[in-house]
Amino acid sequence: MENIQTLLAEGENAVAQATSVQTLDQVRVDYLGKKGLLTVLMKGLGKLSAEERPAAGARINEAKQALQDKLSARKYDLETEALAKRLAAEQIDVTLPGRGEELGGLHPVTRTMQRIEQFFAGIGYSVEEGPEIEDDYHNFEALNIPAHHPARAMHDTFYFNANTLLRTHTSGVQVRTMEKQQPPIRIICPGRVYRCDYDQTHSPMFHQVEGLLVDKDISFADLKGTLEQFLREFFEEDVKVRFRPSYFPFTEPSIEVDIDRGDGKWLEVLGCGMVHPKVFNAVGIDPEEFTGFAFGMGVERLAMLRYGVNDLRLFFENDLRFLGQFR
Amino acid sequence: MKFSEQWLRELVNPAIGTQELVDQVTMAGLEVDEVDAVAGDFSGVIVGEIIKAEPHPNADKLQVCTVSNGSEEIQVVCGAPNARAGLKTAFATVGAELPTPDGKPFKIKKAKLRQVESFGMLCAAAELSISDDADGIMELAADAPVGTCLREYMGLNDKIIDVDLTPNRGDCLSIRGLAREVGVLNKAPVSFVEIKATAPAIDDTFPIALEAPENCPRYVGRVIRNINPAATTPLWMVEKLRRSGVRSIDPVVDVTNYVLLELGQPMHAFDLDKLSGKVVARMAQQDEPLTLLDGQQITLNADTLVIADDNGPVAMAGIMGGESTSCTAETNNIFLESAFFTQLAIAGRARSYGLHTDSSHRFERGVDWQLQANAIDRATELLLEIVGGDAGPVTEVASEAHLPVPAQVRLRHAKVNSMLAFEMAVDEIVEILTRLGLTVEADGDAQWAVSVPSYRFDISIEADLIEELARVYGYNNLPVRVPNASLPFKADCEAQVSVDRIRRNMIGRGYQEAITYSFIEAGLAKKFDDKYEAIALANPISAEMAVMRTTLWPGLVKAALYNQNRQQNRIRLFETGQRFLPQTEQTESDQIKQQNVIAGLITGRRAPEGWSADNADVDFYDIKADLESLLALGSAADQYRFVAGEHVALHPGQTAQIERNGEAVGFIGALHPSLSKDLGINGDLFLFEIDLDSLRDGHLARFNELSKFPESRRDIALVMDESVSFDSVREVVAAQGGEHLKEVTLFDVYRGQGIESGKKSLALGLTWQHPSRTLNDEEINSIIDASLSALAENLSATQR
Repeated sequence: MENIQTLLAEGENAVAQATSVQTLDQVRVDYLGKKGLLTVLMKGLGKLSAEERPAAGARINEAKQALQDKLSARKYDLETEALAKRLAAEQIDVTLPGRGEELGGLHPVTRTMQRIEQFFAGIGYSVEEGPEIEDDYHNFEALNIPAHHPARAMHDTFYFNANTLLRTHTSGVQVRTMEKQQPPIRIICPGRVYRCDYDQTHSPMFHQVEGLLVDKDISFADLKGTLEQFLREFFEEDVKVRFRPSYFPFTEPSIEVDIDRGDGKWLEVLGCGMVHPKVFNAVGIDPEEFTGFAFGMGVERLAMLRYGVNDLRLFFENDLRFLGQFR
Repeated sequence: MKFSEQWLRELVNPAIGTQELVDQVTMAGLEVDEVDAVAGDFSGVIVGEIIKAEPHPNADKLQVCTVSNGSEEIQVVCGAPNARAGLKTAFATVGAELPTPDGKPFKIKKAKLRQVESFGMLCAAAELSISDDADGIMELAADAPVGTCLREYMGLNDKIIDVDLTPNRGDCLSIRGLAREVGVLNKAPVSFVEIKATAPAIDDTFPIALEAPENCPRYVGRVIRNINPAATTPLWMVEKLRRSGVRSIDPVVDVTNYVLLELGQPMHAFDLDKLSGKVVARMAQQDEPLTLLDGQQITLNADTLVIADDNGPVAMAGIMGGESTSCTAETNNIFLESAFFTQLAIAGRARSYGLHTDSSHRFERGVDWQLQANAIDRATELLLEIVGGDAGPVTEVASEAHLPVPAQVRLRHAKVNSMLAFEMAVDEIVEILTRLGLTVEADGDAQWAVSVPSYRFDISIEADLIEELARVYGYNNLPVRVPNASLPFKADCEAQVSVDRIRRNMIGRGYQEAITYSFIEAGLAKKFDDKYEAIALANPISAEMAVMRTTLWPGLVKAALYNQNRQQNRIRLFETGQRFLPQTEQTESDQIKQQNVIAGLITGRRAPEGWSADNADVDFYDIKADLESLLALGSAADQYRFVAGEHVALHPGQTAQIERNGEAVGFIGALHPSLSKDLGINGDLFLFEIDLDSLRDGHLARFNELSKFPESRRDIALVMDESVSFDSVREVVAAQGGEHLKEVTLFDVYRGQGIESGKKSLALGLTWQHPSRTLNDEEINSIIDASLSALAENLSATQR
């Protein structure tokens, strides 16, 4: 039994010498394993007298515990050291760009149209769509624009034949909706429209969002309130808004709305008015019972003002360097 | 319409400046487009008279003039060919400042021109920015007072105001109409021109007949004989015309134009000696010829109103006169026309001949139907003053039954209040309408009968009156409120995939949304579609935008090309929109199917360029994965199949038709190499297009119980002919796999060493799972055996 201390000292030395978790584990097997040197001492206890046995056993256990502590501590140190080495080896340049697909983007016109839709959807308008190739009745006649009306000259229409044309506004969708639905009606009609006009400030194809509200007791004041709020929300600015008398055959009174964003210049942004009784008559809504307002805005124009785009043509060139600016 | 501010102020002169006036009429619905100075900013220019003009001793093209400034005679060297003794002209004295394009004034100093001293300059109109006329120095009237400041003499301290009138305000297409409006807005008195009837000096008349009284219910004519053809139009009239954008031609034409501007009545003067028999207002006979004043030869349509004499048409009524009966420098005797043509008779006609005149513009919008006799009196008065002559009596032929009936409109106070959302005072209502020239009579309680004057064609219903009230009261002075309404729940179908979600999915996969034109070039349309003939526009803006697209691909491919030409080589674009398919078998009303589709395009590298990227270029399976992600959005991907197909624009070996439950809904594939080369596309390019409504039509997610028992997986490798499709292999395996086969994964496709040429090896992973127990090896082995023998039998596929 006198060699317990020696064995322990040797074991402790072996622990200290171990340079890896593997060699350390060998030390554990050598001393504390089933046939380990300290374990074997336990088996020799049988040769001792009953009086001597407990004290000898306790000493061996103490030695085993002491070595086990050393082993654990050494193992912790070795693992910590190994981890530190690995971490040091695995250091990367976190400023390198990430791998994988880049984000695409919505076209600014779609993005603008969605903003407008969301604003009106929030106050109960639903989105209605309709055909782009339209008949003369829905694009003109039902809107109080008969064949020889001078207002037709303002529209520069693309025709397929005498009765079929590319819609010059999305108002046809309003007519179709009113034909099949009695008030209350709250809709907006976004979409492509076409006019036979092409220069720096006109595109033969552009986008409009039109809106229509028909109900009992809808007044000019409601129209003003709705559009004033819309414009302030859209621009997220306290823009100055003015309402200017104008003329559209399908509204009476008719109004053009100008805004001033603080530079003292009035910019025309949308047209609107109270629905003309003749339009109500054409779709079978009683103008004595119901009143309503309609409005229409050019999406490209609003997008240009909102994002500072300075050339209308950019919207249809689809240059990635342009589109990529609207993620 | 352009007008001179000074001319307007002769009739109504509110105490406000130009800008305030402009703002005021704009806010009343007469939108001012532009305000221009009548002349350039110059000073020190006077009326000078050339006393002597002698050749310059040292220059052929110059003259040495002696010019009077009213008190002394001054030597001026001048290069204008029209400089001559006796001419009164614009004389810029030493120290004068002339306008220049860059805004810096040009100062006149004494100078030596080829050794001859010159003290000042004689000016052309262009040099003073009065007009574009740079042909010689200005020719002022013989009675121009020498020495007077030119600005004062010509009244050049004036502005030209260009107002863009809406089609409903034909009544403002004259100085008189504008003055009336300005008077209303300022509550200012308007002094309308007093029109004096001229007593006839002779008895001559010319017969008039109305054969189309519904289109021409009134025609007023007058003969004036012995006018002086050598007379010239006075400066004041030339200037007023000029400031209204009308060029002076000769005194007779100038007077008719002047009356048109002043009163709004278009007029015409015929050379009486060239008219034969009588004048008749009638409809044209189909294909009757007429040569217009401007020399244009017109073949008339039967819907066109004409003025004819015994020899045929002499004018397109209300649009333009004819050449054969027009006044010339030799005309001595004239026949004046002042007629009322209805809006419907003229509307659209000028445009149908490609014409647009001051006259047609007014008749289309409505001319005061009680103005004709006044206008002819006014014209007579002016003509006699300028060209002299003897006027005959006025002949008026009218069909009372066809003249407009003065409109009377009911106005209810309650309707005014509800429409404007405020209580407008009774006095205010009556006052505004009265100022506008309407007659207001009480008609029961809180209700009026309002009579509309003959010049207002835009007021026929109550809403029109309310608009007038709102307009004059001021739109911006009216109250503001936000509408209240109860909001019913809106149906929202969860199985329906929103277009927004589809777009966002594409964006997440690196696509940029494009918007391309709906109309494309006809030839390009053909290259991309041999099934549908694109519908052509009758009046396209250009050949590039002539037919309606039957697929979105041409637009996207052109956008890709545009970007490739700008050094953008990795391109991922998509577009949603309508395509337009002619339907030959359908009924008339649905001859065109307007289908919403989404199309995508990729070309260039598979991954964005980077330090660790996959440098390979995209192929078919890249775009297919993008499309499959769209199919997965509606939880209905298992209803779609890709079937090898054919498309004129696509590579014959890399084309699939997309089918949903057997119905064709789109195409996917590689752009055909020949088409790619033809268009100048660089590198391989892949496309898809699919019916958007099909994509949106999804299924509601449905929960399946999760099994607690382990999965079993077996991998098999098969060798088969190249022509055998993966889909056919999968079908056999699925048929044999039993109801618990959960998944078939293709994890390798191999060709090359160890595999015979013309064959390929597919490696499949099959996974089973039973809901209530663990499957045993025997069960699975027997399924594998059955699958392998079915594969061998149906597809000659063998286990590797």
